Amino acid sequence: MSQTTPIAESEIIGHFGPYGGRFVPEALIGALDQLAAAHLAAKNDPTFQAELSELHRTYTGRPSIITEAKRFAEHAGGARIFLKREDLNHTGSHKINNVLGQALLTKRMGKKRIIAETGAGQHGVASATAAALMGLECVVYMGEEDTKRQSLNVARMKLLGAEVIPVTQGSKTLKDAINEAMRDWVTNVETTHYLLGTVAGPYPFPEMVRDFHRIIGVEAREQMLSEVGRLPDAILACVGGGSNAIGIFHPFIEDVNVRLIGLEAGGSGIDSGKHAATISGGTPGVLHGTRTYVLQDKNGQTVESHSISAGLDYPGVGPEHAYLHDIGRAEYRAINDDQAMEAFSLLSKTEGIIPAIETAHALAGAMIIGRELGPDAVLLLNLSGRGDKDVQTAAQYFGIPL
Amino acid sequence: MVEFDTPLARLFSRTKSEKRAALIGYLPAGFPTIEGAPRVIAAMVEGGVDAIEIGFPYSDPVMDGPIIQDAADQAIKNGTGASDVFDLVKSTAALGVPTVVMTYWNPIERYGVDEFGSALMAAGGSGVITPDLTIEESARWAQASVKSQFNRIYVIAPSTSESRMPLVTSQCSGFIYAASLMGVTGTRNSVSGDARSLVARIRSGSDLPVAVGLGVSTGDQAREVAQYADGVIVGSAFIRLIQQSATIEEGCERVRELAASLSAGVRG
Repeated sequence: MSQTTPIAESEIIGHFGPYGGRFVPEALIGALDQLAAAHLAAKNDPTFQAELSELHRTYTGRPSIITEAKRFAEHAGGARIFLKREDLNHTGSHKINNVLGQALLTKRMGKKRIIAETGAGQHGVASATAAALMGLECVVYMGEEDTKRQSLNVARMKLLGAEVIPVTQGSKTLKDAINEAMRDWVTNVETTHYLLGTVAGPYPFPEMVRDFHRIIGVEAREQMLSEVGRLPDAILACVGGGSNAIGIFHPFIEDVNVRLIGLEAGGSGIDSGKHAATISGGTPGVLHGTRTYVLQDKNGQTVESHSISAGLDYPGVGPEHAYLHDIGRAEYRAINDDQAMEAFSLLSKTEGIIPAIETAHALAGAMIIGRELGPDAVLLLNLSGRGDKDVQTAAQYFGIPL
Repeated sequence: MVEFDTPLARLFSRTKSEKRAALIGYLPAGFPTIEGAPRVIAAMVEGGVDAIEIGFPYSDPVMDGPIIQDAADQAIKNGTGASDVFDLVKSTAALGVPTVVMTYWNPIERYGVDEFGSALMAAGGSGVITPDLTIEESARWAQASVKSQFNRIYVIAPSTSESRMPLVTSQCSGFIYAASLMGVTGTRNSVSGDARSLVARIRSGSDLPVAVGLGVSTGDQAREVAQYADGVIVGSAFIRLIQQSATIEEGCERVRELAASLSAGVRG
């Protein structure tokens, strides 16, 4: 990050203004310090960076292309819309960027076992993939409810050699899978790396996961300049934990004329109380080791989130997003289930690209922002994942018999 | 750190003079019901528990194993909130036993950091154990504890490094919570051998009493731990008895018996 950044991080390591930090059992401090040191060393080590780049070139399929969505744009006020195609990555989403980085760090730290949490199963599949590639033992915690909703991804993880442990505590969803992964980590921290899948959690996870995803924005910035000849007016990305969004936002933070817009999962609407729009509808608090916006009640109990998209169905958000929101550098809006599904259908039928339902929230945002900005505007959208995994949910939503 | 003169601090002076360890019992507020919790605590005290640790039931307790998670879930379903926690502190302290609250950080932040400290002291509490509050994030909490004069109790883990140890112990008052093992709360067949060496490491740099928690559930285990620690903390074993009992009367009777056995244990 350049010295001229307008949002210098707090002087205290691991904070973004009042957000971030470490709220974890003392037992994990040693492992977090070890991880922070390994990440810092790797960041400045050309050998590590070369190894990761080569993996991305020969395994992930990077750089991912940008595609102009001309027919889709007709439904978005005529603005030019460019899609950063993270859906074309191996395993079908941006998640692989972080997973390969952390798996390499795991080997560097001499650990042989990784654990991961997963909601929809995308991060679990990516983790199982990296573990298979690098010969690591892999255990994935997944809420029991999610294992039923996403049985195909459970099978994929098992085919890749991972053990999937259904979590029966609490609400039996992603939030509880993270709790259970943290309990495993507290117990097995000597041998185990917790491969967290988003830009949340205690320091150094928000910074580290962001750094592994920055490649999205770095590539996209070069591609916009070389292929379109200018930077976009706005960048859009869906936000659950916020990893794909921070990945594409971060290299543009100093480009103050580029609007950064995160689209949260509005579920049945914020007023209904059934949503996962943490920044739009939550309050500052602490969840899973970090201070950020949280969906919580008056006693500080985490409130269950709701979204048609399992990958956005999380009652917290990365602390850097909380900060970018508070200082006004990024905007966050909520897209409800129906708006997202309309955009899902539209992209499929106008561009021949079936997006992940998570990503469809960003597409719905583009339809709104495009109309607001008009036909001269240029939008860049992170197409964070493909929709193969969502076929069942979408078929059910649109009444297509299976 | 300044040692505040709380009932908790006085308890450890007394048990030291009696050449024994203190027995600390844990129960989440609102478990098994909001009305039942004081009855279980009374049974603990009748059985010989010296101090009570009241849990603030929280939706995401990452330091707790399945027994306490289930109890916390039940307490939350019972509608337990901050006012119920402080009510239980008040009724417990009124029994003449030192009372501390064990809570994850978010409920404190939500209630208001200073306000939480004032409410605790108004209810007659002595201190707060914060299992997920790192010393790095403790500045506001430290100010609140000086203002309201309550004991701040942090956990030391077997993995806490030599260089970090004094940074944490110097922030503690009342006692230091030594986690007997790398793991979460729950009953275990034996107390980890790490506990003895961890207590020795803590003692080499601090004069505060050291209480051992995580995995202690029987009188024999309490006796073993009491040989090297100033306090023995038991939670899951009590809760399990309540969970296994058909009625609260039966649960309280079994809690009283276990407390008596543990109480004999801490007396060697």
